[in-house]
Amino acid sequence: MSAAEPSIIERHLGLDRDVRARAAGVSVISVSGLRKSYGEHEVVRGIDLEVHRGEVFAFLGPNGAGKTTTVEILEGYRSRSAGEVSVLEEDPAAAGSAWRSRIGLVLQSCTMPPELTVRELVELYAGYYPHPRGVAETIELVGLVDKRDARTKQLSGGQLRRLDVALALIGDPELVFLDEPTTGFDPSARHHAWEVIANLRELGKTIFLTTHYMDEAQALADHVAVIVAGEIVAKGTPETLGGRDRALSDISFRLPSGTSLSELPHELTANAGRREDGRVHLSVPDPARALYALAGWALERGEHLDSLTVGRPTLEDIYLRLTDGQEHTE
Amino acid sequence: MSRWRLFAHQFRSDLLRFWRNPQSRYFTVALPIVFLVIFATMFKGTTVVDGRRIGITTFYVPGIMTLGIISASFVNLTQAIVTQRENGEYKRLRGTPLPAAFVIGSRAAVGVVVAVAMSALLLAIGRLAYSVRIPHSTMPGVVLAVIVGAAAFSCIAFAVATRISSAETAAPATNLTVLPLYFISGVFVAESIIPTFLRNIATFFPIHHLDEALLQPVVHTHGSGIATTDLLIVAAWGITALLIAVRTFQWSPRSG
Repeated sequence: MSAAEPSIIERHLGLDRDVRARAAGVSVISVSGLRKSYGEHEVVRGIDLEVHRGEVFAFLGPNGAGKTTTVEILEGYRSRSAGEVSVLEEDPAAAGSAWRSRIGLVLQSCTMPPELTVRELVELYAGYYPHPRGVAETIELVGLVDKRDARTKQLSGGQLRRLDVALALIGDPELVFLDEPTTGFDPSARHHAWEVIANLRELGKTIFLTTHYMDEAQALADHVAVIVAGEIVAKGTPETLGGRDRALSDISFRLPSGTSLSELPHELTANAGRREDGRVHLSVPDPARALYALAGWALERGEHLDSLTVGRPTLEDIYLRLTDGQEHTE
Repeated sequence: MSRWRLFAHQFRSDLLRFWRNPQSRYFTVALPIVFLVIFATMFKGTTVVDGRRIGITTFYVPGIMTLGIISASFVNLTQAIVTQRENGEYKRLRGTPLPAAFVIGSRAAVGVVVAVAMSALLLAIGRLAYSVRIPHSTMPGVVLAVIVGAAAFSCIAFAVATRISSAETAAPATNLTVLPLYFISGVFVAESIIPTFLRNIATFFPIHHLDEALLQPVVHTHGSGIATTDLLIVAAWGITALLIAVRTFQWSPRSG
């Protein structure tokens, strides 16, 4: 063996590095120019999506925006009218059972067989897959250990949803589709579900999530895309979506009685406005500087600034601006 | 898991679900037995058919077997298909590696197995409690009629299920179809008292022919007891239904 040639170990290391490098950037879902029409009505109008291995991708949009249609095309349930779709390197419309064993699905609604117990149902599904996770371990992961011998008809709505998640995970999939997984959950059940999803990411799973809850997307997602009327209107991380990172901060407070807006420091009056609730709102690019000026002004005059708040637009504010009342018109 | 083990895995679960379902237990398993006991208690005595003296109960065994077969392989199966489709179970299963043919094949097999078991049970009760004797020579006719009947009515179930849009209407729709046909097909009453025009209507449908195909080996006991024409008509219904089912079958719920 000459010195120039890499040793077996080096080659292994090199290979490992390659695999890791590819894994980090590899597309699990790749969509370009996707269109879907029902007769004259085009519900998906040429969208592009890219989901990378190991990330949580949140797909947001109002009802009727084409969200479910898109997800069902990716899951292999629906055909497409035009465009390219690749999920785990295969076309879902033509994929077979080997491909299905690599994905897990939580559909929007599914009633569980009332005659079977939690354990029987999870065991049944485990039998469908070539390399299933452990049944007991999966039941534990979704927090249904106490209910494992209960018939599914005795479960609450939230418990049924958790069972649904267990069935999606039992095949140890690389990619999990979660279609509104926490709809109808109480707050503690939602936080438990978030932990489960966060654990999945730790295991290196790729997660495609649709949700109506912006706090859910904020808490879980690495990347977000918003679909409105069949088109993607914004893409990015939850922090940067729709220019959220560059958006102005909002400082609001009540003016001391007998003080008028024009008495504020000059550099602040330009951005100030008084709203119907009597509060003053300042829209500023640099909140630290504005607060410094404002606080100095108040201290100098010996005044209190009642109910001072500093806020940045939440993901929900951005989402509402992007979707602009679509939720009600569709 | 090999393909056969996978099918057996699914079949075991489907059979367990059949047995745990109260509707299946009461209507498909208990009801035909109750009917046989009632008819046998109500109509006593003997008569001579083709030179052989038989109990009146013997006339009712083929009819109640027809009821048992159709209940298991058509009424119960149709309700199961519609319920599982509307619940989203089929859609979910289509998202797993379980082959589509196993999803429906396993549940159909439950219908056929229950139909065969019910036929055997009814024959056993008839023999032990009411001295209903079937010659060995016509047993092939009985076996063939049960199998062809169960298979054909399973196919009809898959064709009809597509026409039913909700789980709530599956039971009334299937019962409303078969109950009148039981009466005019001579399943519950002697054919001789059914008006000719009703009998003519009944001869179009497969229930009458399945009943005839069972009467042949149980009551008339000629030759091997195989009623070829009746069985061919039942099989033709099954094959036609299968062709329709293959073209129209739906996996996703109609509602939503």
